[in-house]
Amino acid sequence: MKNFTRHHILMGAFLIVALFLAGCAPEHRFVKKVGFKDTDKIVITFAGPVDETWAKDVANYSVYEKPDPDIRLKIIDVALSPDKTTATLTFEDPLNTNQAHILTMTEILSDGRSQGTAVLTVKKLYFGYLFSILIGAMIINNFVFTKYLGLCVFFGCSQKRSTAVGMGITFTLVITFAAMMAWFLYQFALKPLRLDYMQIVVFIGLVSLSVQGVDTILRKVNPALFKAFGVYLVLVIANCIAIAVPLILADNEYNAWESLMLAFGAGLGFLIALFLMACVREKLDLANVPPTFKGMPIAFVMAGLFALAFLGFSGMSIY
Amino acid sequence: MAVTKKTNTQLFVDGILTENPIFRLALSMCPAVGISTTVMNGILLGIAVLFVQVFSSCTISLIKDHIHPRIRIPTYTLTIAMWVTVIDLVLAAYMPVAYKAMGIFVKLIVAFAIITMRLEMFASKNNLGPSFWDGIGMGLGFMFAMMTLGFVRELLGMGTLLGYDILGFKPLLYFVLPCAGFILVGLMMGMFNWIEVVYNRRKRVKEL
Repeated sequence: MKNFTRHHILMGAFLIVALFLAGCAPEHRFVKKVGFKDTDKIVITFAGPVDETWAKDVANYSVYEKPDPDIRLKIIDVALSPDKTTATLTFEDPLNTNQAHILTMTEILSDGRSQGTAVLTVKKLYFGYLFSILIGAMIINNFVFTKYLGLCVFFGCSQKRSTAVGMGITFTLVITFAAMMAWFLYQFALKPLRLDYMQIVVFIGLVSLSVQGVDTILRKVNPALFKAFGVYLVLVIANCIAIAVPLILADNEYNAWESLMLAFGAGLGFLIALFLMACVREKLDLANVPPTFKGMPIAFVMAGLFALAFLGFSGMSIY
Repeated sequence: MAVTKKTNTQLFVDGILTENPIFRLALSMCPAVGISTTVMNGILLGIAVLFVQVFSSCTISLIKDHIHPRIRIPTYTLTIAMWVTVIDLVLAAYMPVAYKAMGIFVKLIVAFAIITMRLEMFASKNNLGPSFWDGIGMGLGFMFAMMTLGFVRELLGMGTLLGYDILGFKPLLYFVLPCAGFILVGLMMGMFNWIEVVYNRRKRVKEL
């Protein structure tokens, strides 16, 4: 047991280091660091002092957003620090800092010698980006209240708090598992073979398969847990979030970490929504509701009020 | 094998009124809340669902004798997935604008409970003819519900119908916001329940 834990910690540490390196790898030997500052500035730190006339010339820099190479962003000013190692580019319009930007610097001049042309990717710190995907899927773009998915299970399983929590946890586990498998299959099988149009068939099959897999594994490995959560497993297939998440991953070309965060966030968001709704519906049982509105109709009206509240999160950007 | 005794017309009317998928059976409500903002969206998604429902019903009722009972649900799912892929590609090719407006919901038809339920309850037990009419009834019932919702939301939210200006002003912008979909579906369900209660009371009075 002890070895097992240490092994896990080591692996976790390795993954984190790998992630960190992947996020901040230097791309040119003369450029130490690039990053966003405020909403309309990019700061470049060089390894040594650069020529002032070169650095001050706006024509030496060109910046575009990664998906649109045709649209060059207009730079209005370049400021150089007194020690000539840090240049700050100011743009005419605010930048969309959620998007990766490509910065090209032609023929960097330092002490009269050319250091070659640098092509760099400017993006936010990777952890922050991952965190924003997680929170985004969980609260800001909550799948139930702002994307209106998974409603059948949402209304079916929110009568009691214990059911809601059980369903939420089971769903989070299965969706994380299924989404990672779907991502793997899409990136390494469907895309290289140009079978993208098979998405729907493959993903729905994969979700059913992973539900069956989790069912079998849980039954053997942990019968107690299976007794508690087994009933909810079948319902996961009927949940459209389970099929929506792989489709969104495929559409947005997310990488493995981003996919993991989105799937996990979607599961947690569903758990939150279920729990909130169950709390209200337990109280509703005691209330005096008009007979024609008993059950489903009043639950829908309540969900509408929740959705209105969740609308308050829209447009929020974290980090 | 319980073969239905209802006539085709009865099956057809049942799907639209007494067994309306959204208001009565309370199934596949995600699209009812999500994209019923305009009548046009309702019609288009309704057509897509009608197509998938009819074709999957027919396929299953044709091959029902060859499906092993234990793997019937995966078979249904894959059949639906096949027809959804067809309609998805067709819409993406011929109606790119409308396809974009409906977003992910066309692909999600595959997870609509109503279609799987009809295959399980009806098409797997009946012959081609009744299954076809049941599929048409259910599909039109879904379309009817989506159009009703779209009608109210478009009229109240934007003052237009099918894109034409009707009222000339925007009475309640709230109805365009998707969260109004929840409340409207709730109210509609309540209304359908109320109609049923009143209808039954009248019937009882008549019998007495």
